[in-house]
Amino acid sequence: MSDSHTIGEAPLAVEHADRPELRHHFADVEQQRNAATLGMWWFLGTEIMFFGGMFCAYLIYRRWYFPEFAAASRSLSLPIGTFNTTVLICSSLTVAMSVRAAQLGNRKMQVRMLLLTLVFGLAFLGIKTKEWSDKYREHHIPTFDYNVVGGEGDLIQENKHLLGIDKVENDPVKLRAREAEIQQHTKVFYSLYFALTGMHAIHMLIGVGLFGVVTWMAHKGRFTPEYHTPLEIAGLYWHFVDIVWIYLFPLLYLIDRKPIS
Amino acid sequence: MTEPSEHIVSAKLYWFIWLVLIVGTVVTALVARVDLGTFHGIDANTVVALLIATFKASVVVLIFMHVKYTHEQMVKPLLIGAVCWLLLLLILSLTDYSSRFAG
Repeated sequence: MSDSHTIGEAPLAVEHADRPELRHHFADVEQQRNAATLGMWWFLGTEIMFFGGMFCAYLIYRRWYFPEFAAASRSLSLPIGTFNTTVLICSSLTVAMSVRAAQLGNRKMQVRMLLLTLVFGLAFLGIKTKEWSDKYREHHIPTFDYNVVGGEGDLIQENKHLLGIDKVENDPVKLRAREAEIQQHTKVFYSLYFALTGMHAIHMLIGVGLFGVVTWMAHKGRFTPEYHTPLEIAGLYWHFVDIVWIYLFPLLYLIDRKPIS
Repeated sequence: MTEPSEHIVSAKLYWFIWLVLIVGTVVTALVARVDLGTFHGIDANTVVALLIATFKASVVVLIFMHVKYTHEQMVKPLLIGAVCWLLLLLILSLTDYSSRFAG
């Protein structure tokens, strides 16, 4: 049964031989769960700092190069972006439902909801890959063949007024200078776009891996109404990654979508 | 050993939150296409989009992430601290950078 070592009256470590999931350094399941929850929130706090730095860089450059950022933002697909946001929201619902199923001790529902989560997560990544490959085709990936002036990924024609092209159109020297500037400044937008969505996608990949393990554990019946901490903790991570996207969507896709007058 | 009574959120509430998030997303996308003018010199469309995003994030944190129900009392102060720290970074950096080249 329980093997305890004591200094005076207080037990130092109590083995809970009857409950393998309860570690000896915790008094009971609730204390263990609270410690795990708080630990995850500390980690999410560092994640806020991590993404916060990138968001800050984005906001500064967006203020400096607003017209170029707006024009480049218009080249992202609004329907695809909106759809992908709803896919991620659905995945958050299935995560919440799987935790609820664990609380109720419904193993079948748990596994079903977790498998749906994996499907939604992979669907999001698939759609994201499609968007990135479109950017590749349009030469919008900031590398040596980057180009937004003329060609397939032209941003000038549709955004003449927004970019101030209509003011310098009659002066070839000024026009050339402005085009070079647009080329540079939109490159900053796409660099930040790929950094932010790329980092988000890496987090999604880790999330899918994490949930693969959790799904397996749920399938094996490892979670009970008393103990389902790994599922709950993984759920916190998943919801956090969802929140990052909730901000990325309006910031990257909706800089200026007003109809061109 | 007594088991802690963990709050179980009703499925109905989860579905309702899901609906709120979906509607919020669709409204964000639709409103972006309407010119709302400016609000104290700031583009009103951006303000509305970020307000909706913040509302969505709050709902996810409170209900989906169980912050409203958690027994761990340090979670709320930690979260508030992290958000304040983030706002400190964003607000101070932005006021600095946007006032340097004022004109």
